[in-house]
Amino acid sequence: MIAHAIIFYIFSLIAIVSAIMVTVSKNTVNSVFFLILDFISISCLFIMIGAEFLGMIMLIVYVGAVAVLFLFVVMMLNVAQQKNEWFNSSGRSSHIPVGLLISIIIFFELIIVIGGWKYKPDLLDSIAIEINTELTNTQSLGSIIYTDYIHLFQLSGMVLLVAMIGAIVLTFRQRSGVKRQSYFKQISRDRKDGIELVDVENNKGVKIDA
Amino acid sequence: MLSIGLGHYLTLAAIIFTIGIVGIFLNRKNIIVILMSIELILLAVNINLVSFSIFINDLSGQVFTLFILTVAAAEAAIGLAIIVVYYRNSGTIRVEEIDRLKG
Repeated sequence: MIAHAIIFYIFSLIAIVSAIMVTVSKNTVNSVFFLILDFISISCLFIMIGAEFLGMIMLIVYVGAVAVLFLFVVMMLNVAQQKNEWFNSSGRSSHIPVGLLISIIIFFELIIVIGGWKYKPDLLDSIAIEINTELTNTQSLGSIIYTDYIHLFQLSGMVLLVAMIGAIVLTFRQRSGVKRQSYFKQISRDRKDGIELVDVENNKGVKIDA
Repeated sequence: MLSIGLGHYLTLAAIIFTIGIVGIFLNRKNIIVILMSIELILLAVNINLVSFSIFINDLSGQVFTLFILTVAAAEAAIGLAIIVVYYRNSGTIRVEEIDRLKG
C-alpha cells in the first residue's frame, strides 16, 4: 500500500511539474519534450490504476504521433523568433493578474466540487457495463467497443478520416511553374496532334511552325 | 494520505486542468503552446474519466476516454495544419500579431 502511494505521488509530481514546464518554458521545443514527459507519466498512472490498454494507447497516440507532429511543426516554423516570453510581456501586461485570478478561482471551484462530491445512492445500480475482473482490460474493452459502441467506434474512424483529409487539403500548395506529368493529356493525345505530313518540293525545303 | 483513492486522482486532474487553463490565459506569444495547453486539458479530462471508471467499476468511462483520445488527435492535426497555413500566409504565429479579425 505504501509503495503504491509513493509511486502515485512520484508520477503525479512529475506530471504536474512537467505540465507547469510546458506552459512556462522559454523554448517551444522544450515545451514539446515536457509534454511528452507529462503524457508518459500519466500513462504510467493509468497502467498503475488498472487501465493498461488506455495507458498503452496513450503512449502510442500521444508520444508516437501527436508529439512528433508538434515537434515537426515547431521545427518547420521559425523557432528562433517565437520565444515564449509571457513574463516580460511588453506594455499591456494587465492580462496576467486577471488570468491568474480566474484560473485560481477555477481551481478552487474544482476542488470544492471534488471535496463535496458524494455518490448518488442509486449510482451503483445504474452502472452500464461492469468491469469483469476475470478478463484483461484489453479483452473486456475490445468486447464492448465492437458490440455496444460500434457506431461510436465507426464514427471516430470517420472523424480521423476527415481530420486527415482536412489536414492534407489545408496544407496542400499548388506550385506554379512546376512541370508535371498529366496522364489524361498523355493518353488522349491523337496522332494528328503530334505528326504532320508535309509534301516537300524539290530544292525548296520546309518552313516549320510557319 | 497513504491510501490512494478517487479524490487523489481527481485532484491531480484538477491541477493539470488548471495548469492548462493558465497556459491558455497567460501565453501571449506562441500559439503552439496554446495548442499544447489544450492537450493538457483533454488529458485532465481523460484522467477524470478513467479514475471514475475504475473506482465505480464501470467500463464505459474507458470507452469514452478512447473516443476523447481520437478527437484530441484529430484536433491536434487540424490545429497544427491551420497554424502551418497561417504561418505561410502571414509569416508569424505570435499571438499578439494575430489580429486580422480585430476590425
